[in-house]
Amino acid sequence: MVMNLPTLMFYLLSALTVFAALRVITSRNPVHAALFLVLAFFSTAGIWLLLEAEFLALTLVLVYVGAVMVLFLFVVMMLDINLERLRVGFWKWFPFAAILAVVLLVEMVMVLGSSQTAGTGAAGTGAEVAKHAANYSNTKELGRLIYTEYVYAFELAAVLLLVAIIAAIALTLRHRPGTKKQDQSKQIQVRRNDRVRLVSVPPVSDAAKK
Amino acid sequence: MLNLSLSHFLILGAVLFAISIVGIFLNRKNLIVLMMAIELMLLAVNTNFIAFSHYMNDVSGQIFVFFILTVAAAEAAIGLAILIVLFRNLRTINVDDIGSLKG
Repeated sequence: MVMNLPTLMFYLLSALTVFAALRVITSRNPVHAALFLVLAFFSTAGIWLLLEAEFLALTLVLVYVGAVMVLFLFVVMMLDINLERLRVGFWKWFPFAAILAVVLLVEMVMVLGSSQTAGTGAAGTGAEVAKHAANYSNTKELGRLIYTEYVYAFELAAVLLLVAIIAAIALTLRHRPGTKKQDQSKQIQVRRNDRVRLVSVPPVSDAAKK
Repeated sequence: MLNLSLSHFLILGAVLFAISIVGIFLNRKNLIVLMMAIELMLLAVNTNFIAFSHYMNDVSGQIFVFFILTVAAAEAAIGLAILIVLFRNLRTINVDDIGSLKG
């Protein structure tokens, strides 16, 4: 039997994702870790395309690769980190973590592979996935849902982003002493007496000059 | 094995999740890589959401991914801002050095 193209693409992309994820957690340099995370995001976006979530796949590339990972890279490059100190005892807890991860993985795979999960609805059989028409638009469908059923959640998300912007700016804002900048409240509070001084200069006649 | 099913995507999500758990244990001193491992975890969760949404013919799952992406972006921005303030004050991002609240 020959694999069909989606299956082949799935295995390729998931192998790439797993490889990139492994490199993210093991690479020595945080810059390399960030770049491998970008690779993981890109290949996951491909997997999401296989699942016909086109809008979210593009959002992942635009928002995550374009904004969040660039932010990470900026921060990593801005900070002057002593890498050697951070690597001390790197593998110390690895056996424990590996056992934990393997147990977790085996549990999840057992749940997924059990006959009870396999029988529930269209999920287990995987056969009755609706075929969409050629002019079906994932973006349109998402937009229809967001602006009707989930409109309050959508507006809450907008408020959350606003709060995040203000919090991030307020946290990193710093007043350096000695920089020249406007102080609006001082400018408004100024009175005439503070700025203007009238000096009465006595008139000088020509006779006095000589 | 040869035809894609829901289990393929769920197992991929589980593998990614397990990898990021190991990453949290390995990089427990480096705050930046810790945050990257958390991003990886969220990615695994999102993949699960999208796989279920596809195989159950319900677009609502994708809406949830949309909101998770929003919250994750906000979290990353604030987390990195805190990291920068921390580095400005202490000159380190080592988790071991950040114990002043321990008393």
